[in-house]
Amino acid sequence: MQQYETVIILTPLLSDEAAKEAIAKFSKILTDNGAEIVQEDNWGLRKLAYPIQKKSTGYYHLTEFRAPGELISKLEIEYKRDERVMRFLTIALDKNAIAYNEKKRSGAFNKKPKTEEAAA
Amino acid sequence: MANEQIQYVTAPKVDDNRKKYCRFKKNGIKYIDYKDANFLLKFVNDQGKVLPRRLTGTSLKFQRKVSQAVKRARHIGLLPYVTDSLK
Repeated sequence: MQQYETVIILTPLLSDEAAKEAIAKFSKILTDNGAEIVQEDNWGLRKLAYPIQKKSTGYYHLTEFRAPGELISKLEIEYKRDERVMRFLTIALDKNAIAYNEKKRSGAFNKKPKTEEAAA
Repeated sequence: MANEQIQYVTAPKVDDNRKKYCRFKKNGIKYIDYKDANFLLKFVNDQGKVLPRRLTGTSLKFQRKVSQAVKRARHIGLLPYVTDSLK
């Protein structure tokens, strides 16, 4: 069981309910296929750095989960089939990333996330 | 006699003794988060291009991770691919 992290960007045209429903659909795909969701983080509407599909904002959602590797291709096919998803990114997390996410979840970077560590 | 002033053909290098260091090694940062766009801004110029190691002082190991993180951030629309006046 690898640990993964996936970010999806949904179209900003959805109502809040529709967006929640889309997200619930993907979480269901994960849990039905034997994945275990570690955390979910909804960033809500954000401005994009450049237009994607002629839209300047997007509805971001991040899911961290543990799953067998075969699930990823299934999940990404679902993303591609769904017209509400503008962009997605799935990443396998290494041990440092997992540790970092743990730390972030426990609120270690709440002051100004991470930037104050790196003295410019 | 020739004038006493010393003249240089090229301007002498004024050596500023700021030693470059890798901020990740120094601060023990092991993971570079692609979701933290503000932090990644330190490693791109105002066109959004990744800065070379000779300017940032990042070690090779982390430069690879920085470029990976910047590319991921671009993909999910947190950083632009091309722009002007990013900073």
